[in-house]
Amino acid sequence: MNLKTMRAGKYRSNGGFFGDCIEWLDARLPLSAFWRKHFSEYLVPKNLNFWYFFGSIALVVLLMQIVTGIFLAMSYQPDATPNADGIPVAFASVEYIMRDVNWGWLIRTTHSTGASAFFFVVYLHIFRCMLYGSYRKPRELLWIVGVVIFYALMAEAFTGYVLPWGQMSFWAAQVITDLASAFPFFGTALADWVRGDFSVGGATLGRFFALHVVALPLALILLVVLHLVALREVGSNNPDGFEAQKRVNVEGTLLDGVSFHPYYTVKEVFALSVFLLVFFSLVFFAPEGGGYFLETENFLPADPLKTPEYIKPLWYFTPFYSMLRAMTRPLLGVDAKLLGVLAMNGAVGVLVFLPWLDRAPVRSIRHRGPVFKVMLSLFVASFLTLGFLGAKPPEYVLWGAIPGAPIARAATFFYYFYFLAMPWWSKIDLCAQETQAA
Amino acid sequence: MTPMTTRAALLAFCLFLPFQSFGGAALPTAPEVPRDALQEGAELFVNECQTCHGLSFVRFGQLAELGFSEKEIAEKLLAGAPGEFMRVAAKRDDQKRWFGVAPPDLSLTVRAHASSEGSGADWLYAYLRSFRRDDASPTGWNNDVFTKVAMPHVLWRMQDATNPEEGAADALSPEDYDRRVATLVGFLAWAGDPHAALRKRVGIGVVAFLLVFSALAYALKREYWRDITGDRRQETGGR
Ligand code: HEC
Ligand code: HEM
Repeated sequence: MNLKTMRAGKYRSNGGFFGDCIEWLDARLPLSAFWRKHFSEYLVPKNLNFWYFFGSIALVVLLMQIVTGIFLAMSYQPDATPNADGIPVAFASVEYIMRDVNWGWLIRTTHSTGASAFFFVVYLHIFRCMLYGSYRKPRELLWIVGVVIFYALMAEAFTGYVLPWGQMSFWAAQVITDLASAFPFFGTALADWVRGDFSVGGATLGRFFALHVVALPLALILLVVLHLVALREVGSNNPDGFEAQKRVNVEGTLLDGVSFHPYYTVKEVFALSVFLLVFFSLVFFAPEGGGYFLETENFLPADPLKTPEYIKPLWYFTPFYSMLRAMTRPLLGVDAKLLGVLAMNGAVGVLVFLPWLDRAPVRSIRHRGPVFKVMLSLFVASFLTLGFLGAKPPEYVLWGAIPGAPIARAATFFYYFYFLAMPWWSKIDLCAQETQAA
Repeated sequence: MTPMTTRAALLAFCLFLPFQSFGGAALPTAPEVPRDALQEGAELFVNECQTCHGLSFVRFGQLAELGFSEKEIAEKLLAGAPGEFMRVAAKRDDQKRWFGVAPPDLSLTVRAHASSEGSGADWLYAYLRSFRRDDASPTGWNNDVFTKVAMPHVLWRMQDATNPEEGAADALSPEDYDRRVATLVGFLAWAGDPHAALRKRVGIGVVAFLLVFSALAYALKREYWRDITGDRRQETGGR
């Protein structure tokens, strides 16, 4: 590469001050090259539908959580000791933000509603991958990075939930850290190590704060960058599941593609705007989300002497919480608690293997046969059922007639069956030919 | 919309369904209280409840938002400096000895009592109207929505039903008692979420802006995509 080609395509100012600044910067940084590579000349299949918005929306939500989180951290105090009124300092500092910090109520409710929005968006993002087979070759690594992001996101949400030091914060931390003790031999030591004490207390709060504001956000940012780098390498899949990247004309441009900018940037600005409309309607008019974004019991300060009637996580963890509780009997010498812990973690872990479990000749639901459609519907139904039951006490009875516990066990079984039997059922399915044109 | 997107939209909607709260409204709804009646509730709180309960997240100066003047706050409500919190004078350890439990701070009590049976205000309204005499309890009182409560019925003189003196001077008619209790409930609801009114006002502006912005963004998107969807119509005969 000679100097002349290196200089080619650099920004030329039209003489204005602003233009001069950009020219100066572009001469020193690969700005216009970056813009061309990733926006104006980056080709994307032109048939992407609304399911493809959730990735960029997740990116915006991540940014929003970081910005609001920085402002929260300025006034939040990770201190579990009681103040003069007998209220833990951490709890009081959150109320201080809600009442006395200028616009603190907006910052805090945006952050707390943002956590729920994040999961909502990411669940739909993952479901899109399952609909269109986005995890399949060559996007396995992109998908696996996604699964790791999901783990990190769960850890981020859990540590954040503990910080306000309300009743549910405290008792959820107690229940979840106690799970570590299910492991034989080193379990108890592991639980104490995680908590920093023999039970949840000030030491736990301090480390959860450090994880929530530094370690996990840093990990999330790095993972998201990796996710996007991998995406740019293999390109987006599309609702028809065909390999858009393979159909090129003589000049080497995609036949079924359009440039990301302006076509998808305008589309995403619109999608984002609709998302923000729904999101801020909730923030301003239902910040507690009927107890789903901010639980009513978390308006009571943590009291280690008063166990709540029943302890439940926020809605986005309830499917996994259900699986944890569904294991009530030992199996093959493994005790029930450990089985529950394994079932809960394995439910996310099994996703890693999805690219190799799926043996169908086509990617997208549009060309897959009835077996896939039935299995996926049942899978969604069992996941939602688990989520519903996880928010209820374990002895909950559906419609006053069907006990919830065996239903949760059946749904857990089906959740695993969907994945573990996939090599078989995805192969026998009757799939149509993949079409090429969008 | 293609059938696919319709189906997808249906699915997305179904995702919302399990998050709806089911459950009947078992508690009667607390009456709406106009903003200027909250002053009455504030005075009632200071006179009747603050001997035991703190409002440790609310500053006296904030009561100006309910329409009190600075002088009224100092005289009627016997407050200290406006920046001071509405705390209890008694020590928590003493209170624990007297009642068995320290009376909890009431700053968030309305938010903490929301349930599938009703809002937190509904619960508090029911609570303050459900005391009855019970000789078996140490305070001589029990409560239908909070059994074995350690709190005595401090408003007993006002409630005709619980005031033993026939036609006692300070007993109110049942309607007046309910109305006074409602102002107290309204005040504590305000104390739990003092920025609620501002939040809704700002919210209307934000939502209105986003509506307009979404419409403009949609128009822009259509304009750009015309070159692409236009091409496709020619190729595939309109889909
Ligand atoms: C003589 C002291 C005293 C006074 C005065 C008093 N309370 Fe109480 N209150 C208590 C005690 C003690 C409890 C704790 C009851 C228990 O946990 O069994 C309590 C509990 C409560 C609760 C339940 C809180 C919860 O979440 O568990 C509410 C609500 C309440 N009081 C409201 C009021 C109101 C309103 C007034 C004024 C009209 C008032 N109290 C006056 C002593 C008092
Ligand atoms: C912080 C969370 C995440 C962010 C910010 C993010 C961001 C993105 C973005 C911007 C895209 C491209 C646009 C799109 O296809 O929607 C994308 C694609 C993708 N993401 Fe994510 N993602 C996140 C989490 C996840 C998770 C949890 C998974 C899976 C478990 C995942 C799997 C994928 C896959 C497979 C694609 C390619 C989809 C396709 O081309 O059809 N992502 N992601």
